[in-house]
Amino acid sequence: MRILTTLLLLALLGLGVWTFADAHNHGWWLPPNLSTYGPDIDRLFYLILWMVAFFFVLTEGILVWCVLAFHDKRKGKATFTHGNHKLEMLWTAVPGVLLLIITFTQMGAWARIKFSSSFPDRPPIAEVYASQFDWRFVYPGDDGRFGTADDLENAFEFVVPVDEPVVFHLRSRDVIHSFFVPYLRVKQDATPGMVIPVWFEAVEEGDYDLICAELCGWGHYKMAGRVKVVSRPAYEAWLRSMKAKLMSNGSEDKS
Amino acid sequence: MNATPAAGHAARSAPGTGAPGTVHEIHEHHELSWIRKYVFSTDHKVIGIQFMFTGLVFMVLGGLMAMAIRWQLAWPWTEMPVVGRILFPETGRVISPEFYTMLFTMHGTIMIFFVIIPLLTGAFGNFLIPLMIGAPDMAFPRLNMFGYWAMIPAIFCALFSFALEGGGPAAGWTAYPPLSTLESAAPGSMHGQTFWLLALTFVGASSMMGAVNYVTTVVKMRAPGLTMMRLPLSIWALFVAALLQLFALPVLTAASIMQLLDRVAHTGFFTPTNLVVNQMSPEAVGAAAGGQPLLWQHLFWFYSHPAVYIMVVPAMGFASDILSTHARKPLFGYKPMVYSIMAIAGLGFIVWGHHMFMTGMNPALGMTFMVATILIALPSCVKVFNWLGTLWGARIHLTSAMLNALAFVAMFIIGGLSGIWMASTPVDVYIHDTYIVVAHFHYVVFAGSVFAIFGAIYHWFPKMFGRMMNETLGKIHFVGSFVFTNCVFYMMHQLGIAGLMRRTADPYAYDVYAHLQPLNQFISISAFLLFAWQIFFVVNLFHSLFWGKKAERNPWHACSLEWEAPSPPGHGNFDKRLEVHHGPYEYGTPQVAEDFLPQTRRA
Repeated sequence: MRILTTLLLLALLGLGVWTFADAHNHGWWLPPNLSTYGPDIDRLFYLILWMVAFFFVLTEGILVWCVLAFHDKRKGKATFTHGNHKLEMLWTAVPGVLLLIITFTQMGAWARIKFSSSFPDRPPIAEVYASQFDWRFVYPGDDGRFGTADDLENAFEFVVPVDEPVVFHLRSRDVIHSFFVPYLRVKQDATPGMVIPVWFEAVEEGDYDLICAELCGWGHYKMAGRVKVVSRPAYEAWLRSMKAKLMSNGSEDKS
Repeated sequence: MNATPAAGHAARSAPGTGAPGTVHEIHEHHELSWIRKYVFSTDHKVIGIQFMFTGLVFMVLGGLMAMAIRWQLAWPWTEMPVVGRILFPETGRVISPEFYTMLFTMHGTIMIFFVIIPLLTGAFGNFLIPLMIGAPDMAFPRLNMFGYWAMIPAIFCALFSFALEGGGPAAGWTAYPPLSTLESAAPGSMHGQTFWLLALTFVGASSMMGAVNYVTTVVKMRAPGLTMMRLPLSIWALFVAALLQLFALPVLTAASIMQLLDRVAHTGFFTPTNLVVNQMSPEAVGAAAGGQPLLWQHLFWFYSHPAVYIMVVPAMGFASDILSTHARKPLFGYKPMVYSIMAIAGLGFIVWGHHMFMTGMNPALGMTFMVATILIALPSCVKVFNWLGTLWGARIHLTSAMLNALAFVAMFIIGGLSGIWMASTPVDVYIHDTYIVVAHFHYVVFAGSVFAIFGAIYHWFPKMFGRMMNETLGKIHFVGSFVFTNCVFYMMHQLGIAGLMRRTADPYAYDVYAHLQPLNQFISISAFLLFAWQIFFVVNLFHSLFWGKKAERNPWHACSLEWEAPSPPGHGNFDKRLEVHHGPYEYGTPQVAEDFLPQTRRA
């Protein structure tokens, strides 16, 4: 049983090391990272990963050794000790310092992503409305103001320009939802009754899955959207086509 | 009132002295009727065993729900073999998305409120506290009995909700409004949610009665010589968990009643203005508005984060006792272990905001919650190193109890370390509400607490029933459980790192998640095997209950007081006067020839 238990604990240790080394080959790892603050998040993820990996290997390793070495067939009694003050101070102080370092390294990135003082200084590109179970993106139109007749509303697809900060206002019409784009490392709950500013900057053109990340009812799983990152000219062309569509719809209404 | 329970009488007659001298009075009482002895019993041991079997039955139920969830995640919208025909005839034998939300809502609710908390505090709190402090019973035996029976309306409300129109509650175990408060928001937000809130209130009342009892008993009824710093870690942990419940539960109860009022009396604590839910304005049907959904989250997590520690601190206590006893070595650093329990509990009250980093709560507030949350890793770290210190230089007996306690340490390490990612606010932007969170809390609550509970059952079964459990079956049960648990929950970290959201009925419609289905199938198969493997435990439990080898008083050669009582102890517990001379972990002491020195024996 001693050998079996040692092997089991060793296997757990091995599982940890194996996933650390090999998981990305199976797609069980972080997806591509295509936003400007994304690398900050990933860097902190890896910083914690390395620290956690060290303590994981250390503690599980000691545990494996204890099971293997300190078995009940040994002669005499176990070592009689109630503790060791110096040792305990050591293993309190070292993790304490490391944890403090971890804490302080987080603060800059968090402030950059979420603090209103560090938001890019530009008007919101759109108001994003979440509701059961779809996404609506309302652009302000020519007057630059929301809630006017020339607002442009698009369902499902959030079209934004590449390589520039995109600020938007997130709202919910009914229950709590969450705006999550894994490739852009963006997540923010849409809490009803609140207007929450969000920003990101995509560095590559493409279509990215937008996922609702907060339980919002039976259809939560299918509350999909898409963030379509395009070049500045393509973005403006798209806006023009939306305006044209609005105009023709408007004239149809009058006739 | 002639049938005053014997133990209750004894407890009242000599409070504060531990009352070992009243043993004779107890045996003079006439025999109790079968009903008063085994059903409406005021004996802490019977109540503890009642909680244990209730908890284990519900673990099977909650486990079955988990199996259904795993079926859906591995093979979404596929016909369920056998049970599909019976349960879902009208949806083509597949799980409907509505039912899926109810499944994970009730899986969480049942596992937390009807399994883990009742097993740790209800079963072992009740059984162990009087025995380990040398008392004849709890301070308030009738309140104690009422504490168990308050679970019955809770169970009724929780299960009955499925029979109602709209079905069971479907807003997650966290019941975030407005999804949970507005009937138009979800089918399960009809009467199911009302009954869920009532169930929660009854469970809270039950826990409260238990907590009052535990705190009073530990403070007032310790045997002579048993100072607080001579208490076994299990008792310290149960004591601190009871304090956590005393301070945190009133907030949850108040919040539940507020949500209940929002639902039945159309108040607007949590409902903001101008909602349009399912083409219906709540205000148009008479609901008040102007409320704030985040208020619920603050109140809910003010209880439910400490509740996480209620669910793991007693497990830490049991593991400490089992490790020391079966390693034949004193617990390493008794005082730091006690202080770290207090630190975990104290910090536990100021970290609730880490569940709310993404809600739109002021990000500066998020930063303070991050600092407190990361700090909580420190006492956990002290505990892990002290367990390892306990094992270093020990003589480890690999009994079933010990194997489960070792597994607890091995897997609590994983659950603890992954917590650092969740605590860190920028990383949380990405991993919040992903499967890495699911992996994390299952490592703490399943791989941690449930393994500690298995260990505790193997360890204290001889005292509970006077018979030993079968070691071979115990070891078979352990090996399979350990392997499959890690196959299931370790791989969930990978799903989470890949960005997979929790609570989605069918993630593969998204491009980013499509490649994760084979991994989910592996996890599901492992989960089915894990569930099936528990048959070894069930067989062992019932076989040992009736045909197990008779246990002596102290089969593990342990030092603490419960082993001074007969196995199983009669009413009033002890048949001799107890006096305590030292701490509970004098294993391998050079002062005596044997390798242990019981607390009652002078060196």
